[in-house]
Amino acid sequence: MDDLAIIGVGMHPWGKWGRNFAEYGTFAAREALAEARVDWRDVGYISGAITVRNGYPGYVAGSTFARALGFNGAQVSSSYSACASGVTALQVARGQIFSGVTEVALVVGADTTPKGFLKPNEGDRPDDLDWLRFKLVGATNPVYFGLNARRRMDVFGATSEDFARVKVKNSRHAVHNERARFTKEYDVDDVLNSPVVSDPLRLLDICATSDGGAALVVCSLDYARSLGHDDPVRIGGLSTVTPTYPDTMIDLPYIATDSAGATAEPLRGFKESIGDKVYEEAGLGPEDVDVAEVYDLSSSLELDWYEQLGFCAEGEAEQMLRNGDTEIGGRLPVNPSGGLGAFGEAVPAQAIAQVCELVWQLRGQAGRRQVEGARVGITANQGLFGHGSSVLVRR
Amino acid sequence: MTKTRVPAVEGLFTEVDGVAHLIGAKVPDRESYFFPAHLSGMAGGDPGAIGAELEECLLSNKGTVWSYTTSSYTPPPPFVANTEPYEPITIAAVKLEREQMVVLGQCPQGITPDDLEIGMEMELTIDVLHEDDEHAYTVWKWRPVGAAEGN
Repeated sequence: MDDLAIIGVGMHPWGKWGRNFAEYGTFAAREALAEARVDWRDVGYISGAITVRNGYPGYVAGSTFARALGFNGAQVSSSYSACASGVTALQVARGQIFSGVTEVALVVGADTTPKGFLKPNEGDRPDDLDWLRFKLVGATNPVYFGLNARRRMDVFGATSEDFARVKVKNSRHAVHNERARFTKEYDVDDVLNSPVVSDPLRLLDICATSDGGAALVVCSLDYARSLGHDDPVRIGGLSTVTPTYPDTMIDLPYIATDSAGATAEPLRGFKESIGDKVYEEAGLGPEDVDVAEVYDLSSSLELDWYEQLGFCAEGEAEQMLRNGDTEIGGRLPVNPSGGLGAFGEAVPAQAIAQVCELVWQLRGQAGRRQVEGARVGITANQGLFGHGSSVLVRR
Repeated sequence: MTKTRVPAVEGLFTEVDGVAHLIGAKVPDRESYFFPAHLSGMAGGDPGAIGAELEECLLSNKGTVWSYTTSSYTPPPPFVANTEPYEPITIAAVKLEREQMVVLGQCPQGITPDDLEIGMEMELTIDVLHEDDEHAYTVWKWRPVGAAEGN
């Protein structure tokens, strides 16, 4: 498959602004369109990522953004796949461009998120797994993160200090990111002294929920050249794979895993398979990656990704972190933006925001958080509800 | 006054001769299990059993701890706290040997992470989830084998 050009990126700063989500999305879209030097009337496709927390305008997010920007007759769609929504929207846009429907597309996602735990829809809903896990088990999202962290401690010898060091590293990166919500530098004691949310994880190990918006303008390489973008950052691979049965890692929203009684577990687990797919599509491997943005819903989940994306062998993530390999200046910096720990999750915008950061990194525009000489970057996004995503960008 | 015990959600668990079991589903003549049965869908998601009619089955009532954690802050609705003020609940993920699957559940009040370790043997029990003036709503919970009877 051909590479897709990213000729414009835009991002509304993350925070708890409490304004209409469409404001954040249109802010990001305008920024991306201006950079791309594309006339809005020439954008033939708008691919929106849905928010489920803002009523009907959120369900038809693509149309909401299109109207806010000024209806221009473009075709439109809205995509939802939990945390992976932004990459699903990007995948839709890529299909429209490569099938000749449009020359250039806008991909945009934004959210306004209420305070507190993400929770299921209201009402008595025993046919809804997401309702059952809260009702019967009290299993909030951090419960799943806590199960993962405890397992990492038992199997690989991770410590609470290791988890805290992930937060400390990412907070040091975020100090230099004006679009991050939390830009305070934390030390290990700050994390260890924060209250337990889901043992062994503490408040500062777990990402918050935020408002934010992010956008990309994408097109074919030929179209990019016609606009004078001679060396754009390119998308070399996209992945939104589903798990292969049986998936035996407990994850949201399930209260039981698949059974491996009749079918052996696949050699590569679900989250490994997400990265495998983009490497295959891009014809590159983990050894080619210079910088990564991974989904640190919790600090221990960031460590998992080092292994799942092939940056180190299973069980070696803690050592990689302790060596400083994943800090800016290290062998393979991870989450130079500050990650979810510094942003807080704005669900439909987050997977797009990961790509924005890598575009800035590959263009050399990341300022004091610049990863020197970065040519290849990868994103990875937590697979929840059988969803997950990865994007490989290169220059 | 003794309150009437009713399942918080019908059809997920039962007691046979005083022994608690989760009600799962299974592909006939095939060791593929699912829980909860009513949300197992077509062939319970096993692509090797497309078209199979699932049969109801009782899942093993013992297993080993795969992992464990807590919900240290009150979960949002539809969760109803049974204590005021809220006391953190401990949650175990237990691996069933025959079924080769992991099932979540709360532990009875009083069991903390300090009482658990990965690999420890656990058994299913039916315990109170929350109560109102007339009813005690019940749910399955995991407790260490040999631990005192729940209420």
